[in-house]
Amino acid sequence: MLRRRVIPCLDVANGRVVKGVQFVDLVDEGDPAELAARYVAEGADEICFLDITASNEGRGTMLEVVRRTATDVFIPLTVGGGVRTTEDMRAILRAGADKVSVNTAAVERPALITECAKEFGAQCVVLAIDAQRNGVNWDVYINGGRTCTDRDSITWASEGTNRGAGEILLTSMDRDGTKNGYDLELLEAVRAASSVPMIASGGAGTVDHCIAALQPGRADAVLAASIFHRNEIQIDDLKLGLAAAGIPVRLVTT
Amino acid sequence: MTRLAVIDHGAGNLVSIAQGLRKAGADVVIAMSPKELAGSHGVVLPGVGNTGAALQRLQTAGFVEPLRDYERPLLGICVGLQLFFDSSEETDGDECLGLISGVVRKLEQAPLLPHIGWNNVTFASDPIFAGLRSDATFYFVHSFAPVPTDDRLVIGRTEYGTEFAAAVREGNRVGVQFHPERSAESGLTLLGNFVRTCREVGRAA
Repeated sequence: MLRRRVIPCLDVANGRVVKGVQFVDLVDEGDPAELAARYVAEGADEICFLDITASNEGRGTMLEVVRRTATDVFIPLTVGGGVRTTEDMRAILRAGADKVSVNTAAVERPALITECAKEFGAQCVVLAIDAQRNGVNWDVYINGGRTCTDRDSITWASEGTNRGAGEILLTSMDRDGTKNGYDLELLEAVRAASSVPMIASGGAGTVDHCIAALQPGRADAVLAASIFHRNEIQIDDLKLGLAAAGIPVRLVTT
Repeated sequence: MTRLAVIDHGAGNLVSIAQGLRKAGADVVIAMSPKELAGSHGVVLPGVGNTGAALQRLQTAGFVEPLRDYERPLLGICVGLQLFFDSSEETDGDECLGLISGVVRKLEQAPLLPHIGWNNVTFASDPIFAGLRSDATFYFVHSFAPVPTDDRLVIGRTEYGTEFAAAVREGNRVGVQFHPERSAESGLTLLGNFVRTCREVGRAA
């Protein structure tokens, strides 16, 4: 049976892991490769790196971080941040990533999704959507949550998968870093509009939040950052909690 | 030293495959041209991405005939396995390498595609699965899977909406639909098994 996944996310700025609340007030959380190795030992199912500097100067630093991590980490690695072309994506894959997430550049030029899927396969292309509530809808934000667009998150998820994205990484900006739980309505709305696996992001604070997000009709994987970085919940404990709630997970046997 | 060549056809992540094989004691060469296959005890054909694009790159680099002629152990991973067969639905039935008789089909019964994540493999007694527990899980990322003409070649099966071939063997050619290089300890065990087979076949030759 296909297992639900637990994915620690490492926001990386200039080669260091950082974490903020609602995308601001960044705090240093450590070395990416070291943290990734710790999460693998705890039973993480994948690792996600998001380069939140995403400036031209920072790009080389990120590739080095990916290379260093991929040498020791034998679970899937998703990397995103600043990807604008198929060549950017190729460089990240060749550094040792398995999947690459696209966000801003895909919103600005949706054909990028199709180009990447054609070159590397849909399963490599993760469409990252930063969504913020606006009445009954969710606006799509770009540039690391700094710029609101006129796109609607639900229709964008649907368009992105039609264009070839193989997975959706859906972040609720309203919940990001708050530990108030995932935005379940957002998860349900996007799930109904797309037919590819979906990773829930933004708001994880407790095991129950993850159980809720992984119910049928919601997400296939849960992503979290601060609760793992600060050891508030260990990944192995979270997975035992999910298993006890009847959610199929991969338990690392000792 | 067991010398293995990992074919580089321009896409995808070779870092973890090479590293996993090295951990098992192999001397790994990343082969960008067919002449680098010479003297190898085994070859790994990896594959991320689109079969059509992968096949085109193999053709351009001149790997197609050398792979058809290669008689030592060959391990295909994901799209690398799919390339073993005659044709794939992903490329509208374009020809693949034709090493094993059969076709590659989309997982039509799947609840969601791609099939992404950790899943079980019910495996037969085969050296590639030596030392693995029956409840071992492996990491999959794919929408297509091979259907060999001879079903007896299927040595591992996985359930996702329907049962599909997760591992296939014909003689020295073996392939897995999952990513051993991304399947933590289970995957490293499998890569180690392949290295051991290459060493033994090399010694016998």
